Amino acid sequence: MIRIDTVTKRYPDGTVAVDRLSLDIPDRSITVLVGPSGCGKTTTLRMINRMVEPTEGTILLDGADIRDQPVTALRRSMGYVIQNAGLFQHRTVVDNIATVPRLLGWSKQKARARAAELMERVGLDASLAKRYPYQLSGGQQQRVGVARALAADPPVLLMDEPFSAVDPVVRKGLQDELLRLQEELGKTIVFVTHDIDEAVTLGTMVAVLRTGGRLAQYAPPAELLSAPADAFVEDFLGTDRGFRRLSFFGSATLRLRTAPVVTADATAEQIAAGAAEAPYVLVTDADGTPLGWAEPRDLTAGRIDPARLLPHGRPFVHGTGSLRAALDCAVLSPTGWAVAVDEAGRAVGVVSQQAIGEAIRAAHGTHRAEAAEEAGVTG
Amino acid sequence: MNGFFDIPSDLQHSWFGLIGLHLREALLPVLAGLLAALPIAQLCVRFRWLYPPVLGVTTVFYAIPSLAFFVVLIDYTGQTELTVMIPLAVYSLVVLVPAIVDGVRSVPQETLAAATALGLGPLRRYLQVQLPIAVPAIVAGLRVAAVSSISLVSVGMLIGNQGALGNLLQDARNYHRPELAVNSVVTTAALAICVDAALVGVRRLLTPWMPRTARHGGRPSAARPAGAAAPEAEEAAR
Repeated sequence: MIRIDTVTKRYPDGTVAVDRLSLDIPDRSITVLVGPSGCGKTTTLRMINRMVEPTEGTILLDGADIRDQPVTALRRSMGYVIQNAGLFQHRTVVDNIATVPRLLGWSKQKARARAAELMERVGLDASLAKRYPYQLSGGQQQRVGVARALAADPPVLLMDEPFSAVDPVVRKGLQDELLRLQEELGKTIVFVTHDIDEAVTLGTMVAVLRTGGRLAQYAPPAELLSAPADAFVEDFLGTDRGFRRLSFFGSATLRLRTAPVVTADATAEQIAAGAAEAPYVLVTDADGTPLGWAEPRDLTAGRIDPARLLPHGRPFVHGTGSLRAALDCAVLSPTGWAVAVDEAGRAVGVVSQQAIGEAIRAAHGTHRAEAAEEAGVTG
Repeated sequence: MNGFFDIPSDLQHSWFGLIGLHLREALLPVLAGLLAALPIAQLCVRFRWLYPPVLGVTTVFYAIPSLAFFVVLIDYTGQTELTVMIPLAVYSLVVLVPAIVDGVRSVPQETLAAATALGLGPLRRYLQVQLPIAVPAIVAGLRVAAVSSISLVSVGMLIGNQGALGNLLQDARNYHRPELAVNSVVTTAALAICVDAALVGVRRLLTPWMPRTARHGGRPSAARPAGAAAPEAEEAAR
């Protein structure tokens, strides 16, 4: 565990970057430091590997003061990923990744073998090994940055706005990749971002810092969204806080209707059964892949023309998808009904906005009951 | 006996001998200048306040006419090659110091921060990150320094035939052989072009990591020694 104990960073000109900050960063989880610019989040991160020395307070790593060991040894035991990757432009991809193993005295051969292994792990093609950074896309550079940080298998990974300079689609891919990697590797990750969405997506714990380097709230993301500590945190979370909170409620509780899902060669009885439960029926191909919506009276039994169907929008995965995904799907659907699919993309049912609304109210109720119970136990 | 390449015996060298001598007198000072400029530039990067005065001093040195330098030095080093080479080494600083400073400063902040965070100490950071990335800017400076040094060596003829190819100018007058003057000028120019091209080759060998499109940087101009490194430095920063 990393324990930040009443740490203050004051610069000679009197500016206070971090003000009496205390944080316990749990092992094998992602802790996100988030806040507006000037809130001291990067300074805090850099104090953990002593690129910035605190003016007051101490930082303990597994109970030992980080100042107890030589600074280069400390840094080599902590991976570091920086915005724009900060790659060494004069070194090839494989040599960039091998930097820390080489510093630790590994043979060139062993370091390169390790680098090749990491390239695979972060999803880089082996053919890129001999390329120079200028020959890579922004997303690839960032992956090299992550691989370089992981090269010596450090227990701690510090990430300073690593994905903020790439476009949203690439960023989403990198975030998913990080979560997948974390599941495999179980590092203690401290992640700095100014993007609250990123914080909520990635964080096991989220620390919201306010200008002047003071801690506003330190909580798991679901708690942050349901119970912001004050007006600042509430503002920072933005206007669609309620909608985002739905990310933490699963869609397994939704009661799907299966009758309105029919195949293209459906009989008149099947269409009538579907029409009894919903104003529209969802037509699928023989494999169950959704094709589109249709009003039952427009359908000719036995030969439905897929070209005349209404688009079904993006479906959500029943079970693993969140209520947010389900609601989004229903809102975007021309019929107001969401399409649920299984992992293979086959339609398993449909659900109305109204039914999703009921599930949301039920989920809030359950959450409130749990929170009250927890408060009863601790208080 | 009056051919283009028949060098008068008072010079004690063949045409090729003169070329070798010329290269030595021109390039050894640049090498010495480089060895001096590296630590000076590093100090200027480390202590920012030091850079303007250092730039001022090197510029003042550059403004001293070589003849004045010779007059002072001749008491100590006599009518030797060394008397020619010392001023040339001092002159090269006016180009090399800014070139190296710009080159080292062109290393992106993230790259430096990453190097520090990965656990490279100051010396490793300098040798393994800053210096290699500064190579394009340093070579750009070397090109200007080498070319200007090659043209300046000829002045050495004024102190007892220490001007290598430049000595041909004096002999052209003494022996009424204008072709020797033409030989001197053409050979010196050709040498400068060859050395410049060789340095470009050296840079290409040292920087396989540079984008090809950025390799056609502005040709450094000897007329603006202090600013000459700028286009190449920007090139390195991209």
